[in-house]
Amino acid sequence: MLQRYRLGRKSASDTFERASENRGREETLNRFWTVLAAAVLALSVAQTAAALDVRTAVLRIDYPQLAPISRYDLVPEDAGFAGAQLGLEDNATTGQFLGHTFENETVTTTPEEADAAFDALLADGHTLIVVMANAEDLLRLADRAGDGVLVVNATAVDNGLRGDQCRANILHVAPSNAMLADAVAQYAVWKKWPRWFLIHGSNPPDQALAEAYRASATKFGAQITEEREFEDTGGSRRTDSGHVLVQRQLPVFTQEAEEHDIVVTADRSDVFAPYVPYHLWTPRPTMGSSGLRPVTFHASHEAWGATQFQRRFEELTGRYVREDDYQVWLSLRVIGEAVTRASTVDPAELRDYILGDAFELAAFKGVAVTFRPWNGQLRQPILLYDGRITVSVSPQDGFLHQTSPLDTMGIDRPESTCTAFN
Amino acid sequence: MKKLILSTALATLLATGAQANKVFVSNEKGNTVTVIDSETWEVIEEFDAGNRPRGITISPDGSLLYVAASDDNQVKVFDTETYEELYSLPSGPDPELFVLHPTGNPLYIANEDDNLVTVTDTESRTVLAEVPVGVEPEGMGISPDAKFVVNTSETTNMAHFISTEDYKIKHNVLVDQRPRFAQYTRDGTILFVTSEIGGTVSVMDIAEDGTPELTTKIDFEVPGVLPEWLQPVGLRVTSDDKWAFVALGPANRVAVIDVEAREVVKYIIVGQRVWQLAFTPDEQYLITTNGNSNDVTVIDVAEQEAIRSVQVGQQPWGVVVQPD
Repeated sequence: MLQRYRLGRKSASDTFERASENRGREETLNRFWTVLAAAVLALSVAQTAAALDVRTAVLRIDYPQLAPISRYDLVPEDAGFAGAQLGLEDNATTGQFLGHTFENETVTTTPEEADAAFDALLADGHTLIVVMANAEDLLRLADRAGDGVLVVNATAVDNGLRGDQCRANILHVAPSNAMLADAVAQYAVWKKWPRWFLIHGSNPPDQALAEAYRASATKFGAQITEEREFEDTGGSRRTDSGHVLVQRQLPVFTQEAEEHDIVVTADRSDVFAPYVPYHLWTPRPTMGSSGLRPVTFHASHEAWGATQFQRRFEELTGRYVREDDYQVWLSLRVIGEAVTRASTVDPAELRDYILGDAFELAAFKGVAVTFRPWNGQLRQPILLYDGRITVSVSPQDGFLHQTSPLDTMGIDRPESTCTAFN
Repeated sequence: MKKLILSTALATLLATGAQANKVFVSNEKGNTVTVIDSETWEVIEEFDAGNRPRGITISPDGSLLYVAASDDNQVKVFDTETYEELYSLPSGPDPELFVLHPTGNPLYIANEDDNLVTVTDTESRTVLAEVPVGVEPEGMGISPDAKFVVNTSETTNMAHFISTEDYKIKHNVLVDQRPRFAQYTRDGTILFVTSEIGGTVSVMDIAEDGTPELTTKIDFEVPGVLPEWLQPVGLRVTSDDKWAFVALGPANRVAVIDVEAREVVKYIIVGQRVWQLAFTPDEQYLITTNGNSNDVTVIDVAEQEAIRSVQVGQQPWGVVVQPD
């Protein structure tokens, strides 16, 4: 689907009608309406660079997956793309004052057809492409794209993508497993809950996340006093009255663990984690894939002006924002902000600007988000979310760093094995 | 006897040169406005002001108090003597900050949700115009000659210069991340724009016809305070245009800028999460709202020192002082 926004993303009369409908004061609203005429705009941007047409694309690979444990986690058809829609609008609103026009194309594909779909975007001349895919597919697509294309990773969390498998043409807006685990670890340590019972799933993504928690424990001085694997034996995620079995199985599964302050769940596969908090043998707070979860964003986050983001998003898309929406929105905003400041659409020049010291972007998280020049990872605060509200935000007070407190989370420069950015 | 007391009081008044003015503080969480006496610094009153009161200003004659009740999507108007709610003005959804024309009419309101600046006639209580601006309009300033209203948009990161004649945008200037507040000097030759996340104050020279030129960006640095917490928000300039005071949010400090040198000369420690500022009419004092310590700090302007704090309602946000 192709969306274009030229000068004034809505016609003035649309906006007018919407505004008056919403507020029911048509009578009182004098027809003083002022349209931002193109002439005025041209006048106002005389001092800035020439007009630019900014073309972006969002490619989403849809993988076969089981229904989630909770209906709240059902994936909407416009997952991620709704964020793209808002990102495009926000960019276009800014762009209209500078003579920049934005358009974005959204493409869904399957793992089998991903290469062809990506090639079609390249053939169409796209050089700024946001990808929602797993690590393996992301790497293959980025390698097909080559140097002349800037790929933004919106959803893949694998540490390897930021380490020995890093690519010079990929920027990561998605946080890494290491950042997410460190966000949880800092909070647990700040609370003086250093003894962890780690329960992880049996699939490779669960194992990778568990490894990130082990590394975080070491990094921040916590101990994993007990570790167990919850095996994925296949089958449906939920059955009618499945809770009856769960209520008997989970206490047994968690009994006789070593002393621990919290339970940490690592369950990317969504097999068991949501069941854990109220079925433990020993009552303890749960964090990780259930209980207190590290997220980039959620629909009830209101601090730092986020309320406005939520309202804009909901009005535009008719639903609550998801993490993937926010990450795609942020990916497009990163590109938009770089275009605004650097006055270019050249992928190499944008990349240089984004990785440079001058780049910063407000993302409703209290501090500016920036990029790590050694591996292309976006630095960002991580929200700790209990399913209702923002409980806390990491990095936590007192975790200091010589460059940025945000670098206390994730793979720091000295330990980075990424060489593509040297 | 009565006469004697009166003349004594007058003498005292003349001797100190101070006059008691009412200080109005909007309490964002408490849903109230706190009234403080600027001579005794006692709280006189705290009254209900709608849901989530933030932006606050006063009519030139001091009789009407305007409060942006953000969660009510209204600007409420209160009598400054009786504290009664008189009526409300149409404002568009989620009004946060506004600026009043020097004559008291109209009111220019930033509507964060709709990317609009709403111009509201304070007498006929109608909307005169809606001006489309950047994403999340926030700060509002007006030039001393009232020819331009400046709006800052927090996500677009621009200062939009709106002509008050035809309500068209004449200039757009890019500034740093999340611009929050715009303030002209009294002589109208300089405009300051604070950027909360960018951590800077942009200084623009204003030509006679109102054309802005971004000339300087002022940075902040306080030993022992993380640079991320130096977040400029509210800003006020003394009427001799010599000193600008900048609230630095979670850094819990107000910076003092030498306007001519365009340099920070001092940081004054105040309460927690300092947000907005207001002078008393004689400019002897500057009052700061401290959202996280539920108080206001009173700064001696000449000495550039904090002299006391006054407890107010929950999460004070905005402040305005009644004119003489």
